[in-house]
Amino acid sequence: MTIDAARDLPDLTGHFGRFGGRFAPEALMAALDELTTAYQTAVADPAFRAELNHLLKTYAGRPSLLTEAKRFGAEAGGARILLKREDLNHTGSHKINNVLGQALLTRRMGKTRIIAETGAGQHGVATATAAALLGLECVVYMGEVDTVRQALNVARMRMLGAEVIPVKNGSRTLKDACNEAFRDWVASVQHTHYCIGSTMGPHPFPMMVRDFQRIIGVEAREQVLELTGKLPDAVVACVGGGSNAIGAFHAFIPDEDVRLYGFEAGGAGVDSGKHAATLVGGSVGVIHGMRTYLLQDDDGQTLETHSVSAGLDYPGVGPEHSWLRDTGRATYQAVTDSEAMDAFALLCRTEGIIPAIESAHALAGALRVGQELGPDATIVVCLSGRGDKDMHTAAEWFGLVEGEGSAL
Amino acid sequence: MERTEGAPAPTVATAFEKARAEGRAALVGYLPAGFPSYEGAVAAATAMVEAGCDVIEIGLPYSDPLMDGPTIQDAVHQALTGGIRITDVFRTVEAVAATGARTLVMTYWNPVDRYGVDAFARDLSSAGGCGLITPDLTPEEAEPWLAASDAYDLDRVFLVALSSTDERLAEITGVSRGFVYAASLMGVTGARSAVDTGAAHLVERTRKAMAGRSPLPVGLGLGVSTGEQAAEVAGFADGVIVGSAFIRRLLDAPSLEAGIDAVRRLTAELADGVRR
Ligand SMILES: Cc1ncc(COP(=O)(O)O)c(C=O)c1O
Repeated sequence: MTIDAARDLPDLTGHFGRFGGRFAPEALMAALDELTTAYQTAVADPAFRAELNHLLKTYAGRPSLLTEAKRFGAEAGGARILLKREDLNHTGSHKINNVLGQALLTRRMGKTRIIAETGAGQHGVATATAAALLGLECVVYMGEVDTVRQALNVARMRMLGAEVIPVKNGSRTLKDACNEAFRDWVASVQHTHYCIGSTMGPHPFPMMVRDFQRIIGVEAREQVLELTGKLPDAVVACVGGGSNAIGAFHAFIPDEDVRLYGFEAGGAGVDSGKHAATLVGGSVGVIHGMRTYLLQDDDGQTLETHSVSAGLDYPGVGPEHSWLRDTGRATYQAVTDSEAMDAFALLCRTEGIIPAIESAHALAGALRVGQELGPDATIVVCLSGRGDKDMHTAAEWFGLVEGEGSAL
Repeated sequence: MERTEGAPAPTVATAFEKARAEGRAALVGYLPAGFPSYEGAVAAATAMVEAGCDVIEIGLPYSDPLMDGPTIQDAVHQALTGGIRITDVFRTVEAVAATGARTLVMTYWNPVDRYGVDAFARDLSSAGGCGLITPDLTPEEAEPWLAASDAYDLDRVFLVALSSTDERLAEITGVSRGFVYAASLMGVTGARSAVDTGAAHLVERTRKAMAGRSPLPVGLGLGVSTGEQAAEVAGFADGVIVGSAFIRRLLDAPSLEAGIDAVRRLTAELADGVRR
């Protein structure tokens, strides 16, 4: 399959080459078909598109800025670094782009309840926000480990009227939150929409979420052309489930001279086994309804993941990234916890922007790509979210708490 | 255990035929391999056969059982923590099949995919297993499994749900072999106090979808836990499938021995139910 065909992917059954598809219980098949149809008719309906665009503009604050990061760029081999500021969106991350689309769709399908899984809590906050705006009942599943490290977001969701259910089984992180949301959905599908937060899950989710996030790259492409008169040399993003990355990449896929780099959570290092770098260290299998790369053992049991970033702490990845990896169109590398935290601090100190720890993985990657491509390069970095939610983790990491020595 | 040339492959269909000939529904019992231990599972399944189960489903413990409620999650977690491997699942099948009961494996798709679909079918067949029940594999993605199950003459039990359209019922029953698993409710596994009122209708619709073809038996599962409920289900389905209730007995018992006794009593109660 050629890269040109990327624009037409997935196929009608939700496949990106050999990836994606629909590995789901029969009980959900009718709902997945209904969702596919509802989505297709909605995006073909000018009224739906107008309402979504209106919300994106007047509520989420789009288009998001493209900010030049000169002092940060000096540390990245002197490359010109342009930050796509998804952190400035309402609720503080790219997650709102997808959620507004799915929430409008929920209402259009006549459903009254919306559920979500969340890792960092950004998708949960976005879902709770849209639910409040549209008057939907909202339940968010979140791994117990993540409710502790992202406590601020738990409070935000509850403040917005959502019920947050801590998930206490398995590794008590994002994957287990997904399991629990699916369990809810099989029992509630008649009146409930499962608003999946990334480009993962059974068809049509990877396609639909990508389409809602595509605006990141569409805007960035225009903005960079306007600013520099040419396309960038590289687009860089962090990859958890892969939604901000595919959103940033997609409009650039046909531009074959633009390199696409995804950075996964390397945790304590891929060799240590304590990581969440699915595309770098995983193998092909089936998880959460899709065929994709995942972290599994010889028996096909999902492995526990490790990352300082709750939003990247996931053993699977969106199927389109698996396809981009295998075709070679995009390159995926791992960034360790400490590299990410160094880049986190660097952006704070050079640009006065506190990024999400997830996004800090992209920033660490940009430092690498900048060194590689040199001072003539222009690099667009998707700054997927802001770091308020991470201050607790950062304070501990850097010893910012009163009475303790600072590591900065 | 190689099948002797010419001998027919074991199929669960014969267990359903035998039950029908006796004017009753078949009793199908589920238990995960390795729970409460490798030996414990074999002993419990053997007790289930002795006390009246016609078919045993051996669950393949999987790290992310997203169709299962808390009871089966607990059991599977215990099995995995105990170190159960796929090879142990095949050994369990071999031991249970040796009792004479028809034995299936119930598994999420990824372990089979990872093992290699053809290799899995081969090893299941040589362990004496009849086939697979696949809760997260539907005909859309089943091509490799259809081929492997044909090659090794294995049963393939797909699920139908209350939400399945008539077109889907026709498609699913069209590729099924052995029996058709009707999920009695929209939800995960686990005991319920009452059988969903839509269940009988689903069984009827499933049968209708097979009209004009040689019909497969329809077993009903999810939520059944008492002799009373078994009797009710036996009134409209060809088989009654029980899982969580057996596990509950083993989880709650003070010792393996007491657990197996309780499993035996429950089996007898259910076996009585399907004969009422
Ligand atoms: C700010 C931010 N960036 C990135 C991610 C990772 O998700 P994805 O890979 O789908 O963009 C998250 C997830 O929680 C997030 O909150």
